[in-house]
Amino acid sequence: MRVELRGITKRFGTFTANDQISLTVEPGQIHCLLGENGAGKSTLMNVLFGLLRPDEGQILIDGEPVTFANSGEAVRRGIGMVHQHFMLVPVFSVAENVVLGFEPTKSFNRLDRLRARESIHEASQRFGLEVDPDAIVEELPVGIQQRVEILKALNHDAQLLILDEPTAVLTPQEIDALIGIMRSLKDAGKSILFISHKLREVREVSDVITVIRQGRVVGTAEPTDSETQLASLMVGRDVSLTVTKEAHEAGASRLEIRDLVVRDDRGVAVVDGVSLDVRAGEIVALAGVQGNGQTELVEALAGVRPVESGTITLDGRDITNATPREILDAGLGHVPEDRQRDGLVLSMSVADNLVLNTPRATPYARRGSRRRSEVRRNAEERIRDFDIRTESPEAPVSSLSGGNQQKVILARELSRPLKVLVAAQPTRGLDVGSIEYVHRQIVETRNAGQGVVIISSELDEVLALGDRVAVMHHGKIMGVVAPSTSRETIGLLMAGVVLEEVAGA
Amino acid sequence: MRRLLRWWRGLYESPVLLTAFAVVLGLVVGMFVIIFTTTPVLDAWRSVLNSWGGPGHALKTTLDHVGAAYRAMFNGAIIDPSTLWHSLNTGQGWTQTLTPLSETLTYATPLTIASIGVGITFQTGLFNIGANGQAIIGGIIGVAIGSSLHLPTIILMPLTLLAGIAGGIITGAIPGLLKAFTGAHEVIVTLMFNYVANLSLIFALLSTPLQQPGQGNDISRTLRPGALLSPLFGTTSGLRVNWGLFIAAAIVVLAWWFLERSSLGFEFRVSGANPHAARVSGINPRKVTIYAFLISGGLAGLAGITQVAGTTHYIDGGFLVGSAGIGFTAITVSLLGRNRPIGIMWGALLFAALGVGGRAMQATTGIPLDLATIIQYAIVLFIATPVLVEEIFRMRARSAGGLQLASQGWNT
Repeated sequence: MRVELRGITKRFGTFTANDQISLTVEPGQIHCLLGENGAGKSTLMNVLFGLLRPDEGQILIDGEPVTFANSGEAVRRGIGMVHQHFMLVPVFSVAENVVLGFEPTKSFNRLDRLRARESIHEASQRFGLEVDPDAIVEELPVGIQQRVEILKALNHDAQLLILDEPTAVLTPQEIDALIGIMRSLKDAGKSILFISHKLREVREVSDVITVIRQGRVVGTAEPTDSETQLASLMVGRDVSLTVTKEAHEAGASRLEIRDLVVRDDRGVAVVDGVSLDVRAGEIVALAGVQGNGQTELVEALAGVRPVESGTITLDGRDITNATPREILDAGLGHVPEDRQRDGLVLSMSVADNLVLNTPRATPYARRGSRRRSEVRRNAEERIRDFDIRTESPEAPVSSLSGGNQQKVILARELSRPLKVLVAAQPTRGLDVGSIEYVHRQIVETRNAGQGVVIISSELDEVLALGDRVAVMHHGKIMGVVAPSTSRETIGLLMAGVVLEEVAGA
Repeated sequence: MRRLLRWWRGLYESPVLLTAFAVVLGLVVGMFVIIFTTTPVLDAWRSVLNSWGGPGHALKTTLDHVGAAYRAMFNGAIIDPSTLWHSLNTGQGWTQTLTPLSETLTYATPLTIASIGVGITFQTGLFNIGANGQAIIGGIIGVAIGSSLHLPTIILMPLTLLAGIAGGIITGAIPGLLKAFTGAHEVIVTLMFNYVANLSLIFALLSTPLQQPGQGNDISRTLRPGALLSPLFGTTSGLRVNWGLFIAAAIVVLAWWFLERSSLGFEFRVSGANPHAARVSGINPRKVTIYAFLISGGLAGLAGITQVAGTTHYIDGGFLVGSAGIGFTAITVSLLGRNRPIGIMWGALLFAALGVGGRAMQATTGIPLDLATIIQYAIVLFIATPVLVEEIFRMRARSAGGLQLASQGWNT
């Protein structure tokens, strides 16, 4: 099936999310849509999948113009979509999920499990999608759940498969497996539209790359182009993808975590006996697939989640189960994972957000009264030093871009006297330019002799920044390795293989 | 329709303009209520329909009645131009001329104080639905002190006010503490405490030494003269506006400073705007919850005792009951003033003026006071509706969009 998008324009109010976008996906082609966060990739895919209606432009399938009133019509025309967040019923089996909505039935409307199982078996055979049809979805690892999503789309006879950021939740090994599946689908004549902003995998798997920026197609690229070329095209200027990190001698231990156990909201021990040391002047990067306890570990460090057992010591001082105030004052800087939820008050001004966790500190307040001139002077200084792009210090922080919002948080934390900086997903959702900047700041913090802990689900980031890399799986640290360790080894650790076995293999 | 909504939404950016517009619309609603409830107006229109005659007469009748009603309201709430003219010319009758304004300010005084208390909890992201109960308890404790102690004015007056504040603080502290330490929802607890306060009032008036000696009815002792907030122009002036006005003005200024300039007020606003970020930033949610309820309760208590010391001088079984329940009106006034002290002050003045003017209208034109209430709440609706209607439109767009929201991931 040949799918052509011709001059697609989609506006939201005055904002043009897609501006005259044209692209063609040939049968049996893996077409990659490359662009930064906010470039308009998801909007375009939602238009193609019938979830949004374009303001202008046409969709053509095999040369014939079509319009979709809803996603059901798109599915009937052979378009399948695998969303970033899976749409599966967790308590159903794989087979039940795959046939959901199109169930084969026997007499009296009874579900024909045999036929359901057969169709999965057949698809598994044809495309190399190994899945146990009787497994319960919630018990499967994320990578397999994704296969179930793909099977679901194939079961609806999809000829064009849209994969929206499919690798965001996968370990490196799972990513390799997915790439294998994509290739076999391609060999079977299916087309794939692959959305991503990760250059490595884009180059590895794509036949054609279309780069979009600010809602426009800015060019097409070959998979043979270098990552730097692709990045420049994506961002619109020259970027350096490598973090320049001077060698630095680590000093005395600053943060000591011993046998830490932390439970999540459901009472599951998601941090299960973690011990870790962070020394002055080093970056410890915590790698791991999302949801393996990193979030809760950071929350416990920041004092917003109770520690069940174990201890946290910051520069010789026990901060286990101390209040967030005490921990902040003890010199722990915290860049929260969800910056808009935990790091900022969006309706308040940039100036106020820059003193959000020090409103009573000298010189911002005296005897219970805020000193607004000092708050403003501080804001002007930070805006200058950290190059925060804002209309004025009094503008609400909600008016800033994601990258600049993150700069506000970094500026706030790095301007306090810190002993250790804990940054969770510090570059999530940021554009390449901002990522460069944030990385630079983190390295400089480490060079200034502070201990740094980075939590990231982007392996590239972990390897680029970390002086040591700790890999977490199911609440445990599987091993602490050097950043020069192969991606494969780290991938195995992320999947829960213990270090000794990895080394032995 | 959508364009109108957007325009209205734009008005929302300028609260003063929006409120002015809502007041005009409220008066238009009131006009239609007058048309449909006043017999001569209805008759005039019916004759237009029956005889196919011109609408001239009917229109004139309508304008006459509506005009008379609103004129009576204005004259009764602010100033009557004719008596003003008379006073200016003869130098006589100033009491009569100034009475409407005095009455409006008298009503607005406790209402402003109570509304600011409610507004502070709203700004903190908490709901104090129990300001009325807190004001009642404040009134009871204040009367207990102010009617029994033989002390010079300079001591008794502040002591009485402090007793009222203490009554409100105690009543407000309970839901605050329960919320902070057990998570009990403050709406339920404060709401229920209104009943506790109402029944405590009856108990205090019938079964304690607070009851007026020699009385079987639910009436309290009268405050000692030294405990009263005396009328601004002297007891013989006949104008009821009293020194409580300055207390209310001071509260407006203090509350503005507290919310906009103090560290604790900043922590309140951060907690209200984003409780998650507040917690991560080291703000203790328990402390903020408890303090907010202490302050809010204290202001409600002050409102209660200001009402007694300035206007009634004693309390009875009808104290702050029903339509006199300033603690309930305070919730509306706080919303009207967008929870900000200055806005609340204007809101309280508007509500007081409509109430006082409505009573005058009832006396002169026979149109019931309920019309004023309808106008009051129509204004509130017009201010609140744009958001509501927009929300409805957005929900419809959302269901039309189907899976749209669910399918948006990180790269939207």
